[in-house]
Amino acid sequence: MELINNWPKYYKKDVVTHYCPGCGHGIVHRIIAELLEEMDLGKQAYLVCPAGCAVLAYHYFDFDVIESAHGRGTAIATGAKRAKPELFVISYQGDGDLSAIGTAETIHSANRGENISVVFINNAVYGMTGGQMAPTSILGQSTTTSPDGRNPEVDGYPLHITDVVANFPGVAYAERVTVASPAAIKKTKKAIRNAFQTQVDGLGYSIVEVLSPCPTNWKMTPVQSCKWIEEEMVKEYKPGLLTDKREERRKDRAC
Amino acid sequence: MSKKDKVFTVKVRRDFCKGCGLCIEFCKKEVLGTSAKLNRMGYNPAEPVKPEACIGCMMCTQVCPDLAIEVYSG
Repeated sequence: MELINNWPKYYKKDVVTHYCPGCGHGIVHRIIAELLEEMDLGKQAYLVCPAGCAVLAYHYFDFDVIESAHGRGTAIATGAKRAKPELFVISYQGDGDLSAIGTAETIHSANRGENISVVFINNAVYGMTGGQMAPTSILGQSTTTSPDGRNPEVDGYPLHITDVVANFPGVAYAERVTVASPAAIKKTKKAIRNAFQTQVDGLGYSIVEVLSPCPTNWKMTPVQSCKWIEEEMVKEYKPGLLTDKREERRKDRAC
Repeated sequence: MSKKDKVFTVKVRRDFCKGCGLCIEFCKKEVLGTSAKLNRMGYNPAEPVKPEACIGCMMCTQVCPDLAIEVYSG
């Protein structure tokens, strides 16, 4: 008997995460740990944790991890990458962190075209604080601060931050993916691999937005929340490649 | 030996499983089901109910957020 799915080298052995049952964070954590092992980047990897549900991610990864102030993940990642360009810097952020309090840092680091990779977990609520409405909550979504559903007249419209930064010339790679099914998870892994490779090749800013389930705050079962992503959330946030300027960059570099 | 002849064994690490049921939903061969006994954390973990039907597609390990599933070959 031979074990096929070995435990990823850069994921701490035998930890039980604090995430709720069915949370997408665990899947993305595993993908990051697997990719660092496959791409042989674990020794120089440096992950910036957000404030939010993934605040304790440093307990689960077995490589260098730093905790950032709320929303300032990409600012810290910028500093780390500029001070030590040999590091492989990943900023791991949620939607409350990246698209609410950290909007300024996100937009300016993307606009400067910093050579970092950002993994953006979008679950359309503030998960850690108890399911309040986030800028990314979709129209009509019921949360604890919008019990009758998000109303655009009062609460405004969902913020498509990845679409915004994808328009910047500094952003080399931006993709939106989901973790709602095994096929989607494979695509997610491929997208994050492309984002990591963009940084390894020194082509600029790369961001992957992952639509991730939050069964506890959506008041659904994990299976229902995967269905909700596939049926409702993808209507607002269309998965797919948002920008890919890697080839242009390669040509520019070659000149 | 071709992949068809291979025998796969799926095991769930009981105390790591939070009973979210994603593996049960996405297993096309209905290998997995819910255990009646609670685990250390107080969840009803998944367990193989039709272990002989496993074809080693690894869908369950893909969707498991807690790395609670181990698949063995041979």
